[in-house]
Amino acid sequence: MTTWISVCNLSDIDPDTGVCALLNGEQVALFRWGNSDTVYAINNFDPFGKANVLSRGLIGSVGERPVVASPLYKQHFDLSTGECLEDTEKSIKVYPVRVEAGVVALGAA
Amino acid sequence: MSKKRIIVVGNGMVGHNFIDTLANAECASQFDIITFAEEARLAYDRVQLSKYFSGASAEDLALTTEADYQKQGIIYTLNEKVVAIDSHAKTVTTASGRVEGYDKLVLATGSFPFVPPIPGKDQDHCLVYRTIEDLEAISASAAVSKTGVVVGGGLLGLEAANALKQAGLETHVVEFAPRLMAVQLDEGGGKLLRRKIEELGVSVHTEKATTEIVAGEECRYRMNFADGSFLETDMILFSAGIRPQDELARQFGLDVGERGGIVINDYCQTSEADIYAIGECALWDNKIYGLVAPGYQMAKVAIEHIVSSLLTHEEPAASFQGADMSTKLKLLGVDVASIGDAHGHTAGSQSYVFNDDVEQVYKRLIVSADGKKLVGAVLVGDVEAYGTLLQLKLNDMDIPGNPANLILPVSDGSEPVGLGVSALPETAQICSCYDVSKGDIANAVQGGCCSMGDIKDATKASTGCGGCAALVKQVMDAELTALGVEVNNNLCEHFAFTRAELADIVRVKGYTTFSELLENHGSGHGCEICKPTIGSILASFNNEYVLKDELISLQDTNDIFLGNMQKDGTYSIVPRIAGGEITPEKLIVLGEVAKEYDLYTKITGGQRIDLFGAQLHQLPDIWKKLVDAGFETGHAYGKSLRTVKSCVGSTWCRYGVLDSVSMAIALENRYKGLRAPHKIKFAVSGCTRECAEAQGKDIGVIATENGWNLYVCGNGGMRPRHADLFATDLDDETLVKYIDRVLMFYVRTADRLQRTSVWMENLEGGLDYLKDVVINDKLGICDELEAGMTKVVDTYQCEWKTTIETPEKLKRFSHYINATDEDNNLLYVRERGQRRPATEQERIELVNLETAAD
Ligand SMILES: Cc1cc2nc3c(=O)[nH]c(=O)nc-3n(C[C@H](O)[C@H](O)[C@H](O)COP(=O)(O)OP(=O)(O)OC[C@H]3O[C@@H](n4cnc5c(N)ncnc54)[C@H](O)[C@@H]3O)c2cc1C
Repeated sequence: MTTWISVCNLSDIDPDTGVCALLNGEQVALFRWGNSDTVYAINNFDPFGKANVLSRGLIGSVGERPVVASPLYKQHFDLSTGECLEDTEKSIKVYPVRVEAGVVALGAA
Repeated sequence: MSKKRIIVVGNGMVGHNFIDTLANAECASQFDIITFAEEARLAYDRVQLSKYFSGASAEDLALTTEADYQKQGIIYTLNEKVVAIDSHAKTVTTASGRVEGYDKLVLATGSFPFVPPIPGKDQDHCLVYRTIEDLEAISASAAVSKTGVVVGGGLLGLEAANALKQAGLETHVVEFAPRLMAVQLDEGGGKLLRRKIEELGVSVHTEKATTEIVAGEECRYRMNFADGSFLETDMILFSAGIRPQDELARQFGLDVGERGGIVINDYCQTSEADIYAIGECALWDNKIYGLVAPGYQMAKVAIEHIVSSLLTHEEPAASFQGADMSTKLKLLGVDVASIGDAHGHTAGSQSYVFNDDVEQVYKRLIVSADGKKLVGAVLVGDVEAYGTLLQLKLNDMDIPGNPANLILPVSDGSEPVGLGVSALPETAQICSCYDVSKGDIANAVQGGCCSMGDIKDATKASTGCGGCAALVKQVMDAELTALGVEVNNNLCEHFAFTRAELADIVRVKGYTTFSELLENHGSGHGCEICKPTIGSILASFNNEYVLKDELISLQDTNDIFLGNMQKDGTYSIVPRIAGGEITPEKLIVLGEVAKEYDLYTKITGGQRIDLFGAQLHQLPDIWKKLVDAGFETGHAYGKSLRTVKSCVGSTWCRYGVLDSVSMAIALENRYKGLRAPHKIKFAVSGCTRECAEAQGKDIGVIATENGWNLYVCGNGGMRPRHADLFATDLDDETLVKYIDRVLMFYVRTADRLQRTSVWMENLEGGLDYLKDVVINDKLGICDELEAGMTKVVDTYQCEWKTTIETPEKLKRFSHYINATDEDNNLLYVRERGQRRPATEQERIELVNLETAAD
């Protein structure tokens, strides 16, 4: 059973930007897609730059895929699968996330 | 096998080209290269000599340096004339008595100015125009003269006249022939040139033969003419043609021509097989070539012959077959070009003439009897067609369609009749200065070059006189297209436009948000390329607060938190220190803040102070302290104006001519906050000693006795480039006006991440075009450019001040949205009394230590 842990309000995330949430000691990058209530959640650690910075990257699309570009060296990570477009070996973890009544919650295993 | 000794007599343009080419050849290690220079310095760019008057120094003109020669192992002696040749013993003797043996001797002695044998020609203020020393003498004489006369209305004479005029003298040109530039121009062209030059305030006197120079009444001298008239002047500059320097050949038994010049064969050998002559001293097929490109060709031919005769014994591939003497140049600001047989001497040739007295344009086309081939052309006032015409002539191509179309003005809207570059043969010479063919450029493109900068680096094309830039670009683009490299200038997958096109769209439509652009002109969701680019364009037109709701998601790594992200995700902080001037009080504040937050502190190259290691949540507190102390953001995070570096200038320095610090501060405060395609750096030097290194900056300003000299489009970094001299002797107001225009033009038309240097190199027409746009307002946009800049200046705000005064913006400045903890991944070690991020190895050790201690 997934336990949902509320981390912030949707309005805390400016459209098309990210924030970082702390979930049981893990750093999770949350991104809000445009002005919508779609939110993506991936690990915040950049495996190339080895720093907790992905939440501060720019988001956009490559073809149909929603991605974030690392703010350090600009590798792209698929927001819905965590796959790294430049090097699939360096793919990262994604987290279950939901938005209900304007509140963003992460699923803890 | 011992090394072969090559002696080069004369270190002018061609002698140096010979040496440089040989020293860089594969077989260079087989040779000892020895050169004797009569002048006091190694080779310099005589072609650009006149730039000396507009501020270029001897170093700027230098084609090489002594250090380079030493590095290449070239043995050189300055101020040493070769006075004798012994072709049997194979030795030369110098003026100081040195005797050196050679395997091959190369004479590159150039030529000397011809001074007509007029009584009175040897007085103090009777000068010539050939060397840097000549120019120094002219400057000195001009300083104590009011009127100057140039004897000779040829190409060089008119260049000299320009120099005198710029020096502020009342200037006259005295010509023996009935018209100016009699060699290159026909009557119609000469007439228009004269009219234009006279309108610029230079008096032209044709059909005047000077009989004597005597003491004057009003001025220092009086020149008496054969027709009984006279002219008074304080100085006289002889520019009545050149004579080959063939003294050595005459004295030591080499064949010389009837009217001078060392006779050479197709391999540049003189009548002695082991002695070569190249450049302006050489006579080939009874012709002297007074231009540098044919000299370079001779150097190449001579090298191949020498290598084959001494080493490989293979048939040399190259031979000298004459050279084209077509020229295009700007004389006293007037565009003039001459191609091939400009006088229509070719039997049966016919002409087309276009003459426009109103616009002051003259063009004449000379075609073969059957009307199919181009034989020659004269262009005055509009030389646009030069590239096309020259290629038609050089490649002996059929004229496409009606020849008249080649010189008729283009009616509105239609494309000028050009010649598709695809029509040119592979061997077509595109750059005559460096003998680069269409095939060479195509090869470079195949080897991976895809910008003008790449092509210049790889082939040298268009790095001499630059006249071929437009053509080189066309060849490059055509080749890229042929290779299937779509010449795709699209910004990214979301916008099928260049940055410049997007800037136009924003300007015309008045957009203020990314979403408007994406919706109407793009696709998808945007990306890390188009978002910051459009953010920058919006900022340069609207100059709104970059963290405004609709703009925040466009900001890249650094802009979005108004700091420079470092490798561990912390930020560095750089407050503005305009011109590098800071009070002790403010310096103390920086020290206190750095101490309080344990920030690593370093002085930057731009004369300011960088504080490293601030975490996201600390940024607002730190900036509050800095803003309270009177600091502003330094925009070190933005693609925007960074710093205006300065030397201390006339306020303190014993040598300073103008107050460089005040100017630097004024400029920095004017342009701070301007968002651009790339970062922009300035510097201001208070005198020509140039301590601020302004010539390495996008905008460089150097004080002179007469005002400011403006340099543009230089940079340091990966591919350093010296800035180009753009305008001289400016007052404060004009200086700022020109900078406003250059910068706004750059901001609107450059590509993403294109520095000013590359931008200018890629403008068709390069520096001259930029001058035309900025100084002569060729495009009629200067008012708009200035208005755009005024708006940016008027809407400046310190982004950090705004941010700390806007509480809802501060929310984002914390590592977690749901906790106040710090990032637990940051580890530091101390070095030389400050902290720095731990290395990978140090991290492992530190983490082990911590767990052991638990
Ligand atoms: C003001 C000006 C503008 C010009 N503009 C153009 C232009 O726009 N385009 C163009 O193509 N060309 C132009 N030229 C011509 C161009 O500069 C020459 O074609 C070129 O310099 C010729 O090179 P060179 O090496 O043969 O001769 P030089 O450059 O004259 O070099 C010869 C050198 O040999 C030295 N020397 C002579 N005798 C001896 C000796 N016995 N021992 C040792 N050293 C000796 C001389 O001192 C000199 O330094 C211009 C020339 C001038 C003066």
